[in-house]
Amino acid sequence: MKKNPIRVLIAKPGLDGHDRGAKVVALALKQAGMEVIYTGLRQTVDQITNTALQEDVQVVGLSILSGAHLPITKKLLQKMKKEGLEEMMVLVGGNVPKADIAKMKKLGVKEVFPTGSRFEDIVSFIQSNVPN
Amino acid sequence: MKKKKIELPDVVLESGIKVKPIYGPEDVKDIDFKEDIGAPGEYPFTRGIHKYMYRFRPFTMRQYSGFATATETNKRFKYLIKHGQTGLNVAFDLPTQCGLDSDDPLAEGEVGRVGMAIDTLRDMEDAFKGIPLDKISTSLTINSMAPIMLAMYVTVAEKQGVPPEEVRGTLQNDILKEYIGRGTWVFPVEPSIKLIGDTIEYCSKNLPKYYPVSVCGYHIRESGANPVQEIAYAFLIAKAYIQHVLDRGLDVDDFVPRFSFNFDIHGNLFEQIAKFRAARRLWARIVKEDLGAKNPKSMQMKMIAGGGGGGLTIEQPENNIVRGAYYALISALSGTQTMALCSYDEAYTIPSEKAAVISLRTMQILLDEMGLRDTVDPLAGSYYIESLTSELEKKIVDMMEKVEKKGGIVKAVADGYIQNEVAKQAFLLEKGIQEGKIIKVGVNKYQAEEEEREIEFHDYKAEEAEVQIKRLKKVKKDRDDSKVAKALKELKKAAETDENLMDYVIDAVRAYATVGEITSTMKEVYGEFKEPVRL
Repeated sequence: MKKNPIRVLIAKPGLDGHDRGAKVVALALKQAGMEVIYTGLRQTVDQITNTALQEDVQVVGLSILSGAHLPITKKLLQKMKKEGLEEMMVLVGGNVPKADIAKMKKLGVKEVFPTGSRFEDIVSFIQSNVPN
Repeated sequence: MKKKKIELPDVVLESGIKVKPIYGPEDVKDIDFKEDIGAPGEYPFTRGIHKYMYRFRPFTMRQYSGFATATETNKRFKYLIKHGQTGLNVAFDLPTQCGLDSDDPLAEGEVGRVGMAIDTLRDMEDAFKGIPLDKISTSLTINSMAPIMLAMYVTVAEKQGVPPEEVRGTLQNDILKEYIGRGTWVFPVEPSIKLIGDTIEYCSKNLPKYYPVSVCGYHIRESGANPVQEIAYAFLIAKAYIQHVLDRGLDVDDFVPRFSFNFDIHGNLFEQIAKFRAARRLWARIVKEDLGAKNPKSMQMKMIAGGGGGGLTIEQPENNIVRGAYYALISALSGTQTMALCSYDEAYTIPSEKAAVISLRTMQILLDEMGLRDTVDPLAGSYYIESLTSELEKKIVDMMEKVEKKGGIVKAVADGYIQNEVAKQAFLLEKGIQEGKIIKVGVNKYQAEEEEREIEFHDYKAEEAEVQIKRLKKVKKDRDDSKVAKALKELKKAAETDENLMDYVIDAVRAYATVGEITSTMKEVYGEFKEPVRL
C-alpha cells in the first residue's frame, strides 16, 4: 500500500515579514514529497492552531526571526495542548541562538533548525520522527 | 602536430547569461556608441546621470539607524546633526508600519523593537523637536502608512513655521514591493496604489523639494530574486505608479523627476555593474519613449545602491568586510548617487559602532585612495562590460514583457505570481549552495571550525512599551474626541470617492487621531489585503 504523504503546516507568527526562509523550507519539503500548507504572514497563535486542526497536519513548523521565539512557542504549545493537539510535532526554524535551543525543547519543541540548516537534515528529521 | 583541446568549465551568471572566456570587438559590433552609450549626463545616461559624477560631487554615504521612542530618536538625531550629518533616516517599529496602535493586542512584544513607535502626531512632534525640516532632509522608511506619516511630517513642518515648498525628505512609499518582500502591507493592492498616487500628487502640488517614492528592487532581490527580476519588477512597479498618476491628468515631467530607486549589489561583480548601466539606459528609454517625457531629469535613474545583506555570511564574518569593500567598489563603478553598506556583523547581531565605522571607511578609501572619483564610468568601452550591459538590458526587457503577458505587475502581485517566482528563485539558490554548485566562501568551501557566535536581537524593553502606551492614553484623554470623530467621518466619506485623501488624513492627524484609528477607518472602505499563498 502506498503511504500517505506527510502533512506539514509552515506558519509565520507575529508581525515580522521575513518569509524567505519559510517559503524556501516549504518548497524543500514539498520537493521531498510532503504535503505542505503555508499560512502566510501575521498569524496569531489561535489562527495557527485552527489551521493545524483543520488541515489535519502531523507537523507544525514555525518560522521566527524576530527574537520572540520563546514567548510565541510557549503560547502556541499551550494552545495546542488545550485543543488536544499535543501529539503534533512542533519544529521551529529561524534566528534562534544556540543557548535557547535547549529551552525550546524543554517547552516541547521537537527540534530547532536555525538559519543555515540543511534541507536534507530537516527532511530526514521529519521522516524519522513524524507521529503516525 | 595535434593540439591538445583545452576543456573550460561553463560559466553562467545568475541572470542566465553564458560568459565567454574572452571578449573582443565582435561582441560590441551591434552597439552604437552614440545611441547606446553616449556621454555621461546625456541621454540615455548609460554612463551616469551627471556629466562629471564623483569628480564634481562624491556619492552620498548614508548608514541606517533606528531607535525605539520619539524622545530617544530625537536625541540621536541631534547628536548626528551636531556631527555634521545632513540627512536622517527613520526606521519605524512593526506595529506602526502595519497600522496598529501601541496598545493593540497584535502589537504586543513589538512596540519600539525595530524602530520608532508612532501613534499620534504628538510622537512625530517630539521626534523632530528642534530639528528644522527645511534644513535637514529625512528619509522615512514607511510604505502602507506613508500617507499618514507624510501627513504628520507636513503638519510638524507647519507647526515649525517651515513653508511647504521648503520641506525636504524622502518617503519609501513603495507598496508593491511590500507584497513581494518586506510584508508590511495593510490594504488590498488597488487602493494601496491609489494612496501612493495621492501622496505623489500631493507632493507634486505642495512639496516641490520632497521625494515621494523610492522604488525598491532591493527588497525583491533580498527575497531571492535574480538581478534581472530585481530591475524588471522594480521598473514595472515604478511604471504602475506613474501610469496611475498620469491617469489623473498630471504630466510625466511634473512628478517623475522626483522618483528614485533603491537597489541591491551582492553577486558577480561584472554582472552587477552591467546591471546598473543597463538599468540606467533602459529607464531613460522607457521614460522618454513609452511615457513621453521631455525633461531629461525625468529620464535619469537616480539610485541608492548598497546594502548587500543577502551576500553576507554568518560564517567567518570578517570575510564580510572584504565582501563589503567589493560591494562598495561595484556601487562606485556603477555610478550610484547614494551608498549604504551593510555592516560585517549584521548577519548575527545589531551592527556595532566599530563595524559601522568600517563600512564608512570602506567608502572613504574608495574615494580618497583608490581613485574612484577621478574619472566617470571608467569601465565604459570594455568589450565585456558593454556586451554584458546590452545582454542584461535585453533580459530585463524580456522579463518585463513576461509579466505584462501575465496581465501586468499589479495583477501578478495581487494573485501571488511574482511572490512565487521570487520564492522559487530563492529555493534554487539555497539548493545550489547546499549542493555546493554555487560557492560561498566559508559556507560550502574553505570552512573553518568556529566558535558559536551568539545571535543578538534588538532589545525589547517592555517598560518602554508601557511608556509609549501611557503617552498614547494621555493624548487620547487630552484631545477633542468630537474633532477626531468628525475628521474620521470626513475621511471615510472621501475614501468612498476618487478624491485625494491627503487633506483628510492631515485633518485627522491634526486632531490627534491615532494611526490605528485612521487605518481602521480606511479599512472600512478598502478592506484588507488577503495574502495569496502559492507554493
